Amino acid sequence: MKSACLWCFGLLMLCPGPVQALVETYDFSNPELEVRYQDLTEELRCPKCQNQNIADSNAPIAQDLRRLLHQQLEDGNSNAEILDHMVARYGEFVRYRPSFGGVSIILWLAPALLLLAAFGVLLLALRSKSVVSNAGVASLSTEEQARLQSLLNKAEQDS
Amino acid sequence: MVSRLKLFLPLILFAMLAITLFRGLSLDPREMPSALIDRPFPAFSLPRLNGTGLLSQADLKGQVSLLNVWATWCVACRVEHPYLKQLAQKGIPVFGLNYKDNDADAQRWLEELGDPYRFNIADHDGTLGLDLGVYGAPETYLVDAAGVIRYRHAGVLDQRVWDAVFQPLYQTLMAESGDQ
Repeated sequence: MKSACLWCFGLLMLCPGPVQALVETYDFSNPELEVRYQDLTEELRCPKCQNQNIADSNAPIAQDLRRLLHQQLEDGNSNAEILDHMVARYGEFVRYRPSFGGVSIILWLAPALLLLAAFGVLLLALRSKSVVSNAGVASLSTEEQARLQSLLNKAEQDS
Repeated sequence: MVSRLKLFLPLILFAMLAITLFRGLSLDPREMPSALIDRPFPAFSLPRLNGTGLLSQADLKGQVSLLNVWATWCVACRVEHPYLKQLAQKGIPVFGLNYKDNDADAQRWLEELGDPYRFNIADHDGTLGLDLGVYGAPETYLVDAAGVIRYRHAGVLDQRVWDAVFQPLYQTLMAESGDQ
């Protein structure tokens, strides 16, 4: 029963706004703005669809964000100002390339740290292997050395 | 002794991975905290639905209240509507943000289904929605007496969500505003 409710809820959450199949186009006063528009629509994440950027998404919210983006570019805002504006409303979530600092620092540093850890493990593994083989050689006592030598001598005589 | 422990390393790694993945399964990716928690309600100046004059953020102050984002094109809002009426009947102030809708449809909806809202802000273009970080309807914001956003719930507000989250917060905020 509970899972059925959750399913219904999930389906309802999918309910779209007015469906519009056309992706709108904007006129820019300056070709440089259009390039920045393309870059930013690819970097900004659609809050509703979660795994699409606002360039790819046709959700109503993505359309609104594109309109807002166009307006802000035409108003002469810098990329940093525009991203701050979006993050203030939708949180760090809205950026596919999160800023360096705060909670997202773990995202930026994790690959390097994991690589270092992997090298560390590799180094330890190689080291312990060579220690074991050395230990094996060194563990022959003088008595054993003497016996080994006599066996070798015997083998030589037999041949 | 140490080499004995090493034998268990794969098992330990497996257990850690299993715990991480299991936790991942039970997390809801849609449960995003609003970026506006503990921030003042964004400034706006928008018409009142079926009324005259403009509404602003000052009209929300003075009591702990709910602000419900809804629209007639939103099917889930229809599911949520009876529960909002129950809350309003209990005396909890509910304000509406009619999000990207047209006034005639919204008016018909309220006439047919009942009107739990003290007033409705008509946000035709979704500009206040953008400032609030709304990404779909329905959403419900808990706003304190000073007009500061204290909680945001995305999705249908029902008895379960109310009991689990809103009710305790609401009581705390009521106690806070009583002290002042």
